[in-house]
Amino acid sequence: MIDKSLNWLDDRLGFAKGGRTFLDKIFPDHWSFMLGEIALYSFVILLGTGVFLSLYFVPSGHEIVYHGSYVPLRGQHVSEAYASTVGLSFDVRSGLLMRQAHHWAADIFLGAIAVHMARVFFTGAFRKPREFNWIVGTLMLILGIVNGFLGYSLPDDLVSGTGIRIAFSIIESIPVVGSYLGFFLFGGNYPGSGIIIPRFFTIHVLIVPAIIVGLLAAHLGLLVKQKHTQFPGKGKTEHNVVGSPMFPTFIAKTTGFLFVSAAVTFLLGGFAQINPIWQFGQYEPYQISYAVQPDWYMGWLDGALRIMPSWEWVGWGHTLPLEVFLPAVIFPGLIFNILIVWPFIESIYTKDHEYHNLLDRPRDRPKRTAAGASMLTLLFAVFFASSTDVMANFFQVPLIDVLWFFRFFVPLAPIAAYFLTLKICQEMRAAEGIGKRKHALVVERSTTGEYTTTASPVRPGDEHEELEAIPVPTFIDTTDPELATAAGVRRVIR
Amino acid sequence: MSDKTTPLEGTLPPATLDDPHLLPSAKNPKRMEALAALAMVIGMAGFVAFIYVYWVNASNKWEALTLGIGMLGLGVGVIAWGKYLMPQGPFVEERHEFHSTDDERESFNAAITGRGGIEVKRRKMLLGVFALGGGVMTLALLIPGVRSLGPKPAKSEGTQGSTEDSLFTTNWKKGAKLVTVGGRPVKVDDLDVGGVLTVFPQGHEGSSPDQVILIRLAQLGPNDPPYPIAAPGRTEWGVQGYVAYSKLCTHLGCPVGLYQERTQQLVCPCHQSIFNVNAGAIPQFGPAPRPLPMLPITVDATGQMRANGGFDQAVGPGFWERP
Repeated sequence: MIDKSLNWLDDRLGFAKGGRTFLDKIFPDHWSFMLGEIALYSFVILLGTGVFLSLYFVPSGHEIVYHGSYVPLRGQHVSEAYASTVGLSFDVRSGLLMRQAHHWAADIFLGAIAVHMARVFFTGAFRKPREFNWIVGTLMLILGIVNGFLGYSLPDDLVSGTGIRIAFSIIESIPVVGSYLGFFLFGGNYPGSGIIIPRFFTIHVLIVPAIIVGLLAAHLGLLVKQKHTQFPGKGKTEHNVVGSPMFPTFIAKTTGFLFVSAAVTFLLGGFAQINPIWQFGQYEPYQISYAVQPDWYMGWLDGALRIMPSWEWVGWGHTLPLEVFLPAVIFPGLIFNILIVWPFIESIYTKDHEYHNLLDRPRDRPKRTAAGASMLTLLFAVFFASSTDVMANFFQVPLIDVLWFFRFFVPLAPIAAYFLTLKICQEMRAAEGIGKRKHALVVERSTTGEYTTTASPVRPGDEHEELEAIPVPTFIDTTDPELATAAGVRRVIR
Repeated sequence: MSDKTTPLEGTLPPATLDDPHLLPSAKNPKRMEALAALAMVIGMAGFVAFIYVYWVNASNKWEALTLGIGMLGLGVGVIAWGKYLMPQGPFVEERHEFHSTDDERESFNAAITGRGGIEVKRRKMLLGVFALGGGVMTLALLIPGVRSLGPKPAKSEGTQGSTEDSLFTTNWKKGAKLVTVGGRPVKVDDLDVGGVLTVFPQGHEGSSPDQVILIRLAQLGPNDPPYPIAAPGRTEWGVQGYVAYSKLCTHLGCPVGLYQERTQQLVCPCHQSIFNVNAGAIPQFGPAPRPLPMLPITVDATGQMRANGGFDQAVGPGFWERP
């Protein structure tokens, strides 16, 4: 029956040949290969919940009087965007769950991308032939950050409105064209002619997601074509892939993982409140709240803005707001550009232009690992600098002291991290047998009372035999050799 | 695709289920099967419960819990099936020479440089004209695509413009009444010492570039000497112990909303720039580069507070055209 319908389809689509290759595709097993899957599935959840939200959200800065079921807001003048976001939180059934799950999925999406990227970096998976996929991934990270910002700006609440104001000022700081860019994006001087929310909405739900979908297709397509990398191990070489087959083993595991990712997202969406805009209130350009932080993936930019000294440059009838332009435009630009060109820089430096399908252990590449640790330290340091006011309050130290601490910590910590990591990697590489289980010593007492120790070849209880890898077979539920090889009677066990 | 040379073209290599590669990794497959089934059943129960919870309109927490249990159960069940019951191998797949053969490359390159290249060489002029035309087309399409987006920002201070198309302009003019966001005119007795109020020029309540923070630093009457502000020539800009500054932070345009009465400092909650109100709002600390622009104010005969002129500079953060 299944055979028949597959044949019917193949007559029309001709997929059997390529399809077989696809179903036999081998996926190496390692827990760290699942990080990218988290990002992929968070994106699926973002699309699903996002479509739900777009059915109720009204992208308009038009002012109306609120009449919904949230009592403290009744009769107040709010924008349609704000009213509809409060409305879909309280008046649309399951709306709050979907909204909070959407927000959580965005935070998880970017977190998973960051960790996935760290895995790819530290294991050297970006080397030839995978440089393009590294770049595609970096572009998705940038677009993800942009879309996250646009998304949480849409509800027009006090916190996000302040973020939009800051974004306008950052655009303004760009030399020569800054005020033009700002005016064109906002339809005039801030706060614009009420056009910014509809514009952000179109960019958030259409333009950026469409680009991400395209890049995602390229990312996965390249993964399939170039095949997955693998860690070194028994039977694993530069010229093969060892693991479990796409069908049915990997499909089962990854489908289950999609469900588990969705479960975690929805549980967070229901139980961990996020962005309660009805508590923040409608955005007004002259109002502000205390201890306001952006979503986590924007924190590093906010921190860089905070610790920057006030180095405005004025001359020749012009102003160059370096105190904004350096930390908010140049700094992220530099970081993303370093990421994009890293594979090429590394291959020029190492003069290594070979194909690499086996992954590195981070400690075996001390300089790369140290560079990565240094970069992560820098990003974490500026991230924590975005909470200077909260820290000052919490530790009861003057705000100025906290800020001065970070002004030194942010440039110095990455340097320290570089040499510390380099040293650790070199020591680990030099030590014999590190990272492997120690052999047990077997102590024996002879009849004459003499003790001898010998190292056991394997730790008792550790014996297990790893099989030789074989090409993916079809699975047959008979031991009769004749049946097994005869064409046409094989039965695939499902 | 260079996958053509795979051994896959033959029949499938068969392997019987007692082949060690195909054995489930679970120690007790029957028990694992039962557990996986149990997880999936719990999952199904979760989804049924979700439908019920939605039906009776219970809280979002119940929806999340039932949905979470549903997806978790189904997911864990199918993962257990894949991980512990399905064949784990190890199986191997050969990688193939990734790039094309030299012949393939040569013929591809020949098509580009030979077939196409000859034609281009022969008609260089046509290619040039076509490229130029394409460039002009891009420009032609970009002009409405970009220019329609918004007004051009005013070039300099002298240019007349509304606050909507100029970064230099505010609606503060000599004689403009100070009003609250609700439109109530502000009288000279409205604030005690240490009091602050956000004010706007009458008719522009709530406008972003016009927001001004009015602070009473001292309780002075009309006949007292003016409050000395430590910025040259500005003593007359305040009136009866009041001073008024633009509320837009010169760093990134956040409203500078926190006033510390004891130290007479304004603090921006966004990036913690601190301005000394007593000294012409010069920045004492933080990333803000310039003092908050000061608005000269006065009191008319009826006690109504009014602007005694506009700002002497652009308000808010810095930008290229700012002198």
